[in-house]
Amino acid sequence: MKVLTTNHRNLGALYLLLSLAAVTIGTLLSLAMRIHRVWPSLPFPFHGQIKPEDYLALVTMHGTLMIFFVLTVAPQLGFASLVLPEQIGARSMAFPRLNASAFWLSAFALVLLLAAFFVQQGAPISGWTAYPPMSAVAASGPGEGAGMDIWLASIGVFCIASWLGAVNMLATILGERGAGMTWSRLPMTVWAWLVTSILTLLVFAVLLAAVILLFSDRHFGSSFFVPAGDLVNGTVVGRGDGSPLLWLHLFWFFGHPEVYIAVLPGMGLATSLFANFANRPVMGYRAMAAMLVAIGFLGLVVWGHHMFVSGMNPYAGTAFALTTMAIAVPSTVEVLGWLSMLTRPGPGGLRFPTPMLFALGFLSFFIAGGLTGPILAQPVLDSYLHNTFFVVAHFHLIMAMAGVFSLFAGVYYWYPLLTGRLMNETVGKLHFWISLIGAYGAFLPMHFSGLAGEPRHYERLAGPVATFSAIAANERGITFSAMLLAAAQLLFLWNIFDSARRGRLAGPNPWSATTLEWAPEGAVGRIERQPYEYEIPLNETKFHPQWESASKQE
Amino acid sequence: MPAMLLEAICAAKSPPWMPPNGAIHGIGLDQLMRWNLLAVSICFLVAHIWLIGALLRRRSHDQTGTPSAFRWTLFAALCAMYLCMAITAQHLWASSRYAGAAPSAMQVEVVGEQFQWYFRYPGADAAFGATRPDLVNAAEGNPLGLNFHDTRSRDDIVSSVLVLPVGHEVDLRLRSIDVIHGFFIPGMRLKENAVPGLVLHVHFTPTTPGTYPILCSQVCGLGHARMQAVLSVVSAAEFDAWLASRGRPEQQTQ
Repeated sequence: MKVLTTNHRNLGALYLLLSLAAVTIGTLLSLAMRIHRVWPSLPFPFHGQIKPEDYLALVTMHGTLMIFFVLTVAPQLGFASLVLPEQIGARSMAFPRLNASAFWLSAFALVLLLAAFFVQQGAPISGWTAYPPMSAVAASGPGEGAGMDIWLASIGVFCIASWLGAVNMLATILGERGAGMTWSRLPMTVWAWLVTSILTLLVFAVLLAAVILLFSDRHFGSSFFVPAGDLVNGTVVGRGDGSPLLWLHLFWFFGHPEVYIAVLPGMGLATSLFANFANRPVMGYRAMAAMLVAIGFLGLVVWGHHMFVSGMNPYAGTAFALTTMAIAVPSTVEVLGWLSMLTRPGPGGLRFPTPMLFALGFLSFFIAGGLTGPILAQPVLDSYLHNTFFVVAHFHLIMAMAGVFSLFAGVYYWYPLLTGRLMNETVGKLHFWISLIGAYGAFLPMHFSGLAGEPRHYERLAGPVATFSAIAANERGITFSAMLLAAAQLLFLWNIFDSARRGRLAGPNPWSATTLEWAPEGAVGRIERQPYEYEIPLNETKFHPQWESASKQE
Repeated sequence: MPAMLLEAICAAKSPPWMPPNGAIHGIGLDQLMRWNLLAVSICFLVAHIWLIGALLRRRSHDQTGTPSAFRWTLFAALCAMYLCMAITAQHLWASSRYAGAAPSAMQVEVVGEQFQWYFRYPGADAAFGATRPDLVNAAEGNPLGLNFHDTRSRDDIVSSVLVLPVGHEVDLRLRSIDVIHGFFIPGMRLKENAVPGLVLHVHFTPTTPGTYPILCSQVCGLGHARMQAVLSVVSAAEFDAWLASRGRPEQQTQ
């Protein structure tokens, strides 16, 4: 594999390796946090005691790595580069060189971000949301100087990379579909990528603008986000009369759709896998596709639900609460559609290879994390739960765990396309069950910590006034589960590298799939079939891949 | 404080894990929270029983008769639940946030500063005096930068403990001197950010005497986790005695 490749499949592999590096580092950072919370005085090798600012730097870098470099890169650009052109009957991406540039910019952004650990005072401590004035004023704390500048530069580069990647994806879907690939013949993954690429174009542009404005506040004497008379660390820094709330609006206009960018591809993939392994067509294909679009659209008008208690007008809180609650409706349609498909599989019944298990895990987390969404959408309940561990539990289930389980599903599923071999099923199933237990053990009890009032970003439970001793056992359980969850990933790493050499040879179409990425070389002509043509009324599994001609009798 | 959290688990009146509620608006909030938690827990269980049932069965026994009527009913029921949540929540939100405090409410200013909460009472003139950022000097006993050339400042009382009389509505004006802080009293079911450049009002009525932790809920720097204070809810007589015991503002910031 050439390193400076423009081949889309090689780029897909590179994107996934980039995410693998980021997720490995991000996981280690989260383990450090979990260990510190339970054993606060335990010194770390090569570092010593974790100081409060070290903990906040860990939180900030964990969030930034996971959200940008794992959950944005892998499900979207990683998987799309891997299979999107084949799935729509195209030879290649519309702009292969743009795709390659986007990858190298992402890789550069990752290196830049990690460099923040090594500058004076270390990485920034203001969280991945970087609220000003803290992020605008270097004197507000350690890491808010050089570390914050590097963070801003990295995110700025990442915005451009994502934007270029999305231009390429959207152009490919709109312009490169093969003959006969109509909208109703698109696999569900392509519908998801269509929506996420549009969202990316809209919201990363806004984030880039916000990042530039913040950089300008820091270095060019502007005052977009810093109010007049603001006094930080003994110095009046407010020059003009800016507003910190402006940053919150700009950031969350990006930040909320970002969640859908992370999870929509997983929804599309799960739909495809359920059809494949239940040997049946997607139930209500048009409705399921329309709901993906609806979720994407509604995702653009709900950002204020991150700001119910930020000082935003309470009437605006009501408006954002209603739009947010509305997202529950298309999400419910999706979940009921999936459950119905699984209840009524085709004549072959359900099959449970590892990719299917992870898709089912995705569904379980989607339900678990999704259900707390309507709770947090109520401003009055959010006025208790906001910024507590309840929210941490919510987004780790719906975005992180659902997202990552869909990534695992995709890697196990598409692995033969890259290596010609299948990943080890026994190890894969072990990986699934331990991860499932570890993930629920880590994130379900966080709801209880949140209900007890434990705020996010606290490096220790016992403060001068509130001790939270009632949740100490809960917190220990979370840490042990997190360790189990992380340990299970060693199985995954071993499986990836070992199966590339020793895995069972996959042969053509190992999953009996219908979508075009599994078509034999040269088999794709004019597309005349739906994406998931499994014949139900027979007593044996029968399916028609999309590369099969509709007139051919078998 | 540990006793308080222990009580939270035992007290039947609070939703699970939550500390006891001590404010009027918290009663409705707790009710809403309880049935919300119950409803989503049931949905979670039912969905997983459905899912696991389907997986164990593995194959479909009836290929005829579509249960689409059942799906539509379920869908409608869930939408009704979301609507019910939205409407109840909006009622409570509107009643506690749309309108300001009653004119009779007591005024207290809350000021967040890395990493300390300060509470200012307006004194006998019922007016807060002017402040200036360049006058802020915690070491010399003026952490809020009161401008003593303003006569209204002279009787202002600055405290590091929030003392409130029970049963009396309080109107808090939230400010921050430096960065965004999150003003959070779990026991009063109250949270609102303190944002530099803005003065934000929240109001509530404490119903139960006792002490309640005040936390910072918005990451504000390396001292975020120790930026805590105490709310002490006392009887009206004790409150008056406490207020009278406070001298001139210069001596009052321990």
